[in-house]
Amino acid sequence: MSHGLLTLPEAQLEPLRRTYAHARLKKRTQLLLAAALLLGAVILSGITAEVRIDALFAHIDRLSGYIARIFYLENHQPVWTDPAEWFWGLKKWLRLIGETLIIAYLGTIFGALGAFVLCFFAAANLAWSQVLRWFAVRFLEFCRTVPELVFALLFVASFGLGPLPGILALAIHTLGALGKQYSEVVENADMKPFEGVTATGATWPESVRFAILPQVLSNFASYGLLRFEINVRESAIIGFVGAGGIGQDLLVAVRRFYYSDVSAIVLLIIAMVAIIDLATERVRRHLIGREQAP
Amino acid sequence: MSNAGGEQLDLDRLTARYPAIMAGGRWQAARLAFAGFALLASVVAGFASLDISWSRFISGFAELARIIGLMLPPDCGNPARLLLWIKALGETLSIALLGTLTAAVLAFPISLLAARNVTPAWPVRFTIRRGLDTIRGVNTLIWALVWINVIGLGPFAGVLAIMTTDFGTFGKLFSEAFEAADAKQGEAVIAAGGGELHRVRFGLIPQILPVLLSQILYLIESNTRAATIIGIVGAGGIGQHLTEAIRTLEWQQVSFLVLMILVTVAIIDFVSSRVRFAIIGNRPRAAMPHE
Repeated sequence: MSHGLLTLPEAQLEPLRRTYAHARLKKRTQLLLAAALLLGAVILSGITAEVRIDALFAHIDRLSGYIARIFYLENHQPVWTDPAEWFWGLKKWLRLIGETLIIAYLGTIFGALGAFVLCFFAAANLAWSQVLRWFAVRFLEFCRTVPELVFALLFVASFGLGPLPGILALAIHTLGALGKQYSEVVENADMKPFEGVTATGATWPESVRFAILPQVLSNFASYGLLRFEINVRESAIIGFVGAGGIGQDLLVAVRRFYYSDVSAIVLLIIAMVAIIDLATERVRRHLIGREQAP
Repeated sequence: MSNAGGEQLDLDRLTARYPAIMAGGRWQAARLAFAGFALLASVVAGFASLDISWSRFISGFAELARIIGLMLPPDCGNPARLLLWIKALGETLSIALLGTLTAAVLAFPISLLAARNVTPAWPVRFTIRRGLDTIRGVNTLIWALVWINVIGLGPFAGVLAIMTTDFGTFGKLFSEAFEAADAKQGEAVIAAGGGELHRVRFGLIPQILPVLLSQILYLIESNTRAATIIGIVGAGGIGQHLTEAIRTLEWQQVSFLVLMILVTVAIIDFVSSRVRFAIIGNRPRAAMPHE
């Protein structure tokens, strides 16, 4: 016992022990309460969402069956035995993939331009007036909360079928999402250069141009590229509602059970997404490298 | 005049003194002009390749204005329909919650296999990462179509679709969180005589658990948005009613439904940001995909 730890006398130790036990009990009760709440929410939503675990396990073979089936041609041969038959519509599909990319590109460009203008009004450190800022922030919120497909449906109703509604829908959503990110970047900018430029007698636009813009531009570009990646994924399905791109053909292939077409189109979409991701990641790395260099 | 002359003189003297900086400015301006021109050209070329009818474009805006006029005031029709929509909204929330939670539970063990500091064998990591990328590369709506083939129409297909996409997303996010963790705590566990599993359990997981929780909360938020539209292909939720209202040109109902969605998303955002704050404090969160 000679090497035992130095302990406090029992009289002092007792209240400490009690506090510790109390703190642990409180923490445990909190955790249990949170777990019970979560469990309740899960059970409730399980009932609302008509979850049928038994049906899932009974039919899970249909999933593997479906995924296997889309890799077989009409003549029951695996698709790779006859690539020409598998990708029979390659020319048309590649054109549609190109259209998909153009929709994503134009949607991103227009959305980013709008966000670029609005973010300076929505940023807390630069806003001219609080009223204007409130409207800008709410407008951006509206643009990014309403899903793209809802805008797409609305625009298809007014502009007719085709890529134009797709571009507009993506542009509006991009405006909302990028506007928020851009204004956050601007809010993180160093304000000292802004004060310095303003002190030389520059107007507000001049101060923004020479003091804020150089600080935020590379971040803007990086976020814009990230949004382009996201928009490429979105534009692939925006055709589900008739707003252009490859989505329409995919939906038709799924609905009409053109099995091998489904796998061909999905593979083309995955390849497109992967290539765009790789390309933009390289550009972004380049941008970030430049930002960190003095 | 004399002032302008002085400025000119100043500029000349400055150019003479700092030739590199002044030339750089001009070079940069030229590059900027070129970039602007390239951007404009690409936009024009893009539009040209899509053969969009411009008369349609102009008349479309008139039509859009007319439709927006028809949307006001928002109106749900009758109370019975409102009740139906509230139920559908509950379905949407359930889809988002269940889909995200199951995805997180399923992705957690897989993400351990995809993290470099847990799984040293690179072939395993590589295979799992590419698999996760492929799952993520297929959109939620496409997964919804696949699951409808398996389980039939209804919200359960929506739950499974969100689960599948987010399985890919969480797998990636979680494994990245593991790799970003501080190695020192794990080393300490090893030094104290712990094994490899002890290192992961006591040195790694407690460290990143708050990060994982905040990512889950964030994805629940973003999936509430995704779950509002998943009904477009028949996988349950409010989207079904929204599509129907648009297809039947009931514009007052459309605006009412959009308002309902906006309010719900705002409430979910608020609650989730409060919970996130309670869990991790005011820590800035890492960049997220599909925001």
